[in-house]
Amino acid sequence: MLKRLGSMGLPLVVLVLIFAVGPYTVFNNPATLFEMMAFLALAQGINVLYGFTGYLPFGYVGFFGAGAYGASVVVLKLHFPILLAILAGGVIAVLISVILLPMLRLSGAYFAIGSLAAAEIVYNVVANPNLQSVTNGPYGINLAPVFNATLSYWLMLVLVLVAVTFVIWLRHSSFGFSLLALRDDPVSAGMAGVNIVRTRTLAWLASAFIAGLAGAIYAWHISVFYPGTMFDLNISIFAIVFTLFGGRATVWGPIIGTVVLYGLYNWIGFSTPQYFQLVYGLLIVGLVLFLPNGVMSLIGRRRKSRHAERKGAVMNV
Amino acid sequence: MDALLRAKGMNTGYDQLQILWDAALDVKAGERVVVLGSNGAGKTTLLKSLIGILPLWSGTIEFDGHSVDRLRTDGRVRRGMAYMSEVGIIADLSVEDNLRIGGYFSSRDALKSKMEAMFKEFPILRERRMEAAASLSGGQRKMLAAARALMGDPKLLMMDEPSAGLSPLLVTEILRLVKNLEGRNMAFLIAEQNIKFLEVATRVYVLDSGRIIFSGTVDELQTNDAIRRAYFGVDAV
Repeated sequence: MLKRLGSMGLPLVVLVLIFAVGPYTVFNNPATLFEMMAFLALAQGINVLYGFTGYLPFGYVGFFGAGAYGASVVVLKLHFPILLAILAGGVIAVLISVILLPMLRLSGAYFAIGSLAAAEIVYNVVANPNLQSVTNGPYGINLAPVFNATLSYWLMLVLVLVAVTFVIWLRHSSFGFSLLALRDDPVSAGMAGVNIVRTRTLAWLASAFIAGLAGAIYAWHISVFYPGTMFDLNISIFAIVFTLFGGRATVWGPIIGTVVLYGLYNWIGFSTPQYFQLVYGLLIVGLVLFLPNGVMSLIGRRRKSRHAERKGAVMNV
Repeated sequence: MDALLRAKGMNTGYDQLQILWDAALDVKAGERVVVLGSNGAGKTTLLKSLIGILPLWSGTIEFDGHSVDRLRTDGRVRRGMAYMSEVGIIADLSVEDNLRIGGYFSSRDALKSKMEAMFKEFPILRERRMEAAASLSGGQRKMLAAARALMGDPKLLMMDEPSAGLSPLLVTEILRLVKNLEGRNMAFLIAEQNIKFLEVATRVYVLDSGRIIFSGTVDELQTNDAIRRAYFGVDAV
């Protein structure tokens, strides 16, 4: 039992070491670490949706941007305290996900494209000059009056820890198990009594909430931004690639994917930026060809072969 | 005794193609009802529409005193209906995980004891518990499908051609299982074309081209000349 709890808590300890202890010891670059945490939260949010239900949300950035703008409007126009505004950012992302619920009737590429279109709609609403009185349209937002880089850094760490804890729970709960069954075979899951619509909906809302909170905290941290900053499609693509690289539906997958690939992105991007696209492209092609289930599948394979060896040993006795 | 399952005027099919024509049947608690029909008679369509995988075009289904024809599959399963078919197995999950999903509503302790009971009933599943369901043979898949359906403690187990693709030895094994479960007060609705299943039947329906053409006991079936000629050949039963 203790061993199991230990292995479940290990990802949280590692994350605290990297992001809480790291800046004071080995890597004193809070800006890079903050961005890494933002991507980690998004990657876990995508993990909840894509990893556990199979819906690939290319337009995931829509929730991120909605959270950022939602929190900003609440703090600037309604003068709410920033922490409450951040919570409101998450809630607004959830509200948008409720409006978009009919999209769950789509699947595969249709859903991916549909989510992309939905994010584009949210972006165009936010950037609309006619809504300047609410969102400031294309002219951006300035959160300088409430800017607090330190507190926003720690709040992002809290969000990452909460998102990872949620995924740990999914991995060990019957709800998470029903999501996996649903992802692999919805008809069969329904035949076991799993409420397909409710289960999918909850995963969709939870995933949107994580992205909304991440967007709100990110907005608070950078404090000055434009619609294009918050609705940049690359945010979705990076978070998806990080999740796929590590391995979906695992706790460690998005952590490994984000730390390795975002680390590499910063390293190559600064040292030899001319090779960045090439190296990244090769990595993604290699991933699709040789590790379609991500790095974590290597560990799964090792475990399976150990199990087979043990079984063989027992049979040989 | 009131019927556990009562279906009336069932019409359904795929796209524009109607398969079931005004089908009606009932199953009482603890009964073992066999729906006999040749390939393409509409047996699978009948069971799929009863469990809710295929929507009814018209007709009604009552189960345990409640109308279920507007419920989705999961709602019908929660009321106590189960559908045993290879379709019900999730190929990528392990044998143990398939059983876990079968006992989705059970508490942790109940799940453990039910799984133990299934492993006792089907020892091969214990041996292969960590392996993917996709790696099982046809017979083992049938066993897993049966075990998975039983994990939910259903009141009615609907079996879709349990003998399809099995050797005579394994068919006997399935029949033994049905007989063994007699004490559970569970009803069976078995769609089959193998007349060996009449051994365990308390009542029989004969389905032909989507229409129920006979309903009665096994004895009545055996003395019905028209059915014997049309379905079995005169001296077959």
